[in-house]
Amino acid sequence: MPDIVFAILFFFMVTTTMRSEELLVRVKVPTASEVQKLEKKSLVTYINIGPPLDMRLGTGTQMQLNDRFAHVTEIQDYIAQEKASMNEADQPLMTVSIKADEDTRMQYITEVKQALRQAYALKISYSARTGEN
Amino acid sequence: MAKSQRKVPALNASSMADISFLLLTFFLLVSNMDVDSGLARRLPPPPQTEDQTSVNVQRRNLLIVLVNAQNETMVQNQQGVEMYANEDELRGVGGKPALKDKVKEFVLNTSNSSDLPELEEQDFGNPIGVVPVTASHVVSIQNDATTSYKAYIAVQNEVVRAYNELREEGARKYFNTSYGELTEEQKNQINELYPQRISEAEPKNYGGGE
Repeated sequence: MPDIVFAILFFFMVTTTMRSEELLVRVKVPTASEVQKLEKKSLVTYINIGPPLDMRLGTGTQMQLNDRFAHVTEIQDYIAQEKASMNEADQPLMTVSIKADEDTRMQYITEVKQALRQAYALKISYSARTGEN
Repeated sequence: MAKSQRKVPALNASSMADISFLLLTFFLLVSNMDVDSGLARRLPPPPQTEDQTSVNVQRRNLLIVLVNAQNETMVQNQQGVEMYANEDELRGVGGKPALKDKVKEFVLNTSNSSDLPELEEQDFGNPIGVVPVTASHVVSIQNDATTSYKAYIAVQNEVVRAYNELREEGARKYFNTSYGELTEEQKNQINELYPQRISEAEPKNYGGGE
């Protein structure tokens, strides 16, 4: 019995560390009161937007896809890749969670939104913390 | 004197299972803790042709919510224009009607005003029945290139809050319970009664330049 439990334990330990990718950008998501929880993690793809954590890279807004910086034009490939790795039945349910820093300019967000439209990733979610307001 | 066959005391491993169970539950909880939450939206599909198909919306059916570069909000429909200088004013601090109340008034049009969206009778099934709704209203959220994301989300949040309150009121009125307690089917009925018709406009360049 302890052996089996240990096996499961190790499995969970490994998976938890694996999934949380390291952030390269500073993301302080805005607060909102009417947020909905995102069900089914396997259907969610994340896009992180914010100023780089590494000061040497400046303070301009950057976007992180997976674990590297990317340009807005790379979104389509990224979405196609993520879609391909999904179950075929799940593909229409794919949700893109935009985790953007609250000081980001809307121009950047709009560009990302347009790219997502082109990539037919139409279900999006503006990531937000449940705030007091 | 040499005790070559000394026995090694067996390690008491009976508590091991409990400890590992404890750790297991800990990791299970931790892995589920960072559930992401946010405001869900649906984007329109990309324009098929080069010339963008603009849907003609009657002026009275349109509520324009514009967030400018100074993060001020302007709400405009045929009734008039309301300016909000900051987030607090959006929520009704400072005497102005809150944005959510403007949206609710716009969506409901209880007074059947000719400046608010037209009412159409629609059947929503039991127990709602045939009620007049503003089926073709549109809340259009527009922004400037340098609007901050925070202000944009604050405005989005207020608009969603208006819809959520309408749905809550609808649930209380027709089902005598809160929206959260409804069955999936009843929720769909209420959602059809008050559909979220929020449009995020095509990007516009107000300031000029790139």
